[in-house]
Amino acid sequence: MSTFSPDTEEALAGEVARAHAAREPLAIEGHGTKRAMLRPVQAAHTLSTRNLTGITLYRPTELMIRARAGTPIPEIEAALAENGQQLIAEPPDLRALFGTEEPATLGGVVSTNLSGPRRIMWGAMRDHVLGIRAVAGDGEIFRSGGRVLKNVTGLDLCKLLSGAHGTLGVLTEVALKVLPAGEATGTLSIRVKDVASGAAALSAALGSPYGVSGAALLLEADGITALARIEDFAESVTYRLGRLREELAAHGEARLVEDPRPLWRSIRDAEPLGAAPEDAVWRISVAPSQAAQVVASLQGAFAAKLMLDWGGGLIWIAGPATTQAHGAVMQAAAAAGGSFTLFRAPAALATGVPVLPEEPLPLAAIARRVKAVLDPAGVLNPGRMRA
Amino acid sequence: MISLPAPKPEILARRDTILADLARLLPEDAVIGEPLRLRPYETDGLAAYRQIPLAVVLPRTTEEVAAVLRYCNANGIRVVPRGAGTSLSGGALPLADAVVIGLMRMNVIREINYEDRYAIVGAGVTNIGITNAVADDGFFYAPDPSSQLACMIGGNVMMNSGGAHCLKYGVTANNLLGLTFVTIEGEVIEIGGRHLDSAGYDWLGLITGSEGQLGMVTEVTVRILRGPEGARAMLAAFSSVEVAGAAVDAIIGSGIIPVALEFMDRPCIHACEAFAHAGYPLDAEAMLIIEVEGSIAEQDMLLDRIRGICARFEPTSMKVAESADQSAAIWKGRKGAFGAVGRISPDYLCMDGTIPTGELPHVLKRISEMSVQYGLQVANVFHAGDGNLHPLIMFDANDADSFRRAEAFGADILTLCVEVGGCLTGEHGVGVEKRDLMTKQFTGAELSLQRAVKSAFDPEWLLNTAKVFPLEDNPKIAA
Ligand SMILES: Cc1cc2nc3c(=O)[nH]c(=O)nc-3n(C[C@H](O)[C@H](O)[C@H](O)COP(=O)(O)OP(=O)(O)OC[C@H]3O[C@@H](n4cnc5c(N)ncnc54)[C@H](O)[C@@H]3O)c2cc1C
Repeated sequence: MSTFSPDTEEALAGEVARAHAAREPLAIEGHGTKRAMLRPVQAAHTLSTRNLTGITLYRPTELMIRARAGTPIPEIEAALAENGQQLIAEPPDLRALFGTEEPATLGGVVSTNLSGPRRIMWGAMRDHVLGIRAVAGDGEIFRSGGRVLKNVTGLDLCKLLSGAHGTLGVLTEVALKVLPAGEATGTLSIRVKDVASGAAALSAALGSPYGVSGAALLLEADGITALARIEDFAESVTYRLGRLREELAAHGEARLVEDPRPLWRSIRDAEPLGAAPEDAVWRISVAPSQAAQVVASLQGAFAAKLMLDWGGGLIWIAGPATTQAHGAVMQAAAAAGGSFTLFRAPAALATGVPVLPEEPLPLAAIARRVKAVLDPAGVLNPGRMRA
Repeated sequence: MISLPAPKPEILARRDTILADLARLLPEDAVIGEPLRLRPYETDGLAAYRQIPLAVVLPRTTEEVAAVLRYCNANGIRVVPRGAGTSLSGGALPLADAVVIGLMRMNVIREINYEDRYAIVGAGVTNIGITNAVADDGFFYAPDPSSQLACMIGGNVMMNSGGAHCLKYGVTANNLLGLTFVTIEGEVIEIGGRHLDSAGYDWLGLITGSEGQLGMVTEVTVRILRGPEGARAMLAAFSSVEVAGAAVDAIIGSGIIPVALEFMDRPCIHACEAFAHAGYPLDAEAMLIIEVEGSIAEQDMLLDRIRGICARFEPTSMKVAESADQSAAIWKGRKGAFGAVGRISPDYLCMDGTIPTGELPHVLKRISEMSVQYGLQVANVFHAGDGNLHPLIMFDANDADSFRRAEAFGADILTLCVEVGGCLTGEHGVGVEKRDLMTKQFTGAELSLQRAVKSAFDPEWLLNTAKVFPLEDNPKIAA
């Protein structure tokens, strides 16, 4: 077992070409923060982008930043913050959840398409990928997209590779759209009696004209709290919180949260979930109105720890790493017409069950053909997403 | 002139049989074969190109679309999907041996859900039709192409269309949840759903903007948003393109993201003013329309700040709308820009490149030099926030040489866009128009890769053949 960490794209492409020729699978990673996500990769060698680092172009007035794939997210966030800007999708920092130390890299966050609370209003990580450079499974370097905000030239391979978990190509460089960070952040919290009324309150908040950019539901021992966030110029935040409070009056008395930023950071990173080290962790995405039904069926099936984001549509779950609990998650997601991921689990569970919903047969056939185009010898992260 | 592949003679020879077969698959009124009734389908928004198709079918259901695709696939017949036919890149241009599948009859809104903020609509519902259906409840569908009265959501999905407000709200791809997708084999697949971010490969993202190359879309689940409390526009005019560009940078740099930030150059200001009498400043070299959203007090605050920023650039004039009516007046000229240019010139080509916004002065200078060189007038409108440039090249379609020069001029502009770090198309798509320029932006290997992805969906290249990808190096198409 060896790890290659080339310091140029060309050298990285060389490693992939060698693996392709030798039919020798590679585990693809940045800092390996999310190595334990989904299924374990069966590969003798690891290829890391950790030495492909650095911001290559940052144009604040063009709302665009470009960096090599191994650049740590905090480095990018710091450069943006100097200009009052931010990563729009608010990607989570999952070091605590995965028990790893090094920060996530740009390539890893894009390849897993992970987005935080702001996703509900401003889009997912994949929505802001303007362009990529990547190495296909045969070692060929290719580009898609570019560095401008609007581009519909050719097939959008940026989106195809975002969320492909390194199975369709190794990202080497990514250009992202960025936006100014709101000058102020304000948050209202409302005690609600159950998940259904919490989701209803958040639905009212998100259906208001006040630009709610975070809508979460915390299930704690002493009760359930709905949280709605507004980020904007200070005058606007004050005004909008006031109006929102009136709009939500029917759902309960709204309290102003002091210093809400750390709270949203913890929600972003799934801390309130309280996953124990031995727990499995799942994510379900459904239409928010289905949240209560999903939660009820999970709680009926096992001792589920829960946290809801995206207006109730994103359900984080922690619980026993058993096939029985996994079955309950799959069933709840399917019954609600949604999607699930077995986010983190011991190999014994993750290798024995589907960690994502199965694709309908005609789509699975297309997926196999697309995979064969981008990774003909199947050397990129085999086993990561599906057996 | 862009070449189209030779029709398959065996298909042309079997025309009558094919029409009879289609008539068995579909209700009687859904199959068109008479030359006179085929004529309305011979072109799209790129009217310089025309071709009567073999046949047109107008299915009403996903099952009917699937049946037609299954039949065409089994018989090696090319298909050209069509929405409203407003494509400006010739995306819906028929082929002589192709069946056009028009989805305008799939115009039913199946579900509106305010609680979860989505609508499920047939591919033939118009863009404005979605907003109209939810407007009384204060909601809207965000991407707003200027063609929104006519263009259909299926076409929007396939072109990944944008609009004047996409700086804030994103383009079509950012506002979708799910699709009903039909493969060339006639398999019906549900992609995505009513929720965000399905796990697995992002088929929704790949299909969006694929210009009918991968399959057909019959139903679309879009996100709908609650509208803002209000919106208001202002106008600022400057003595040079450079200064207007610097003002745009300063606005964005200040942390304000206006919902719209439109730029017009002198020829465009003049054309629009003559047409719409919107009160545009005729002494200016460049003009910005800036729109903000929120309560009246919030609009005042933002417009004050923007006015302060613009003031630093010695504007030749500024006008802040005091009411919705004044706002509408400011927009009136811009919204009529294409029509206005159409009045000055019998014909025009609407180009659609994107550039890094900092390159605007350089690019506009080069365009005006080219205008002299080609002997053709040009007016420029620009989505200044996102770098999407629309030069309108005026020519005379009755003069073959004028058209030839206009096409060459357009190609030069798009090549320049790529050279300065931008791209060939920001929202209108490649279609036939920019097909042969794809080699300017992509390497041969990159194009082969994209072609191979298309082949994974459409192995025999029956779907919208001869669009997007240059014909060379393609064994499935004999040019
Ligand atoms: C005056 C004017 C202004 C415009 N302004 C804008 C603008 O502001 N922003 C912008 O982005 N565009 C604009 N356009 C371009 C055009 O309106 C868009 O590209 C629009 O999305 C096309 O929709 P349509 O229904 O007319 O599709 P069509 O032109 O019929 O088809 C477009 C493409 O999609 C394919 N297609 C259509 N429906 C389907 C389907 N159901 N399944 C599979 N493939 C399908 C067609 O084969 C074709 O390749 C403008 C056009 C005009 C004429």
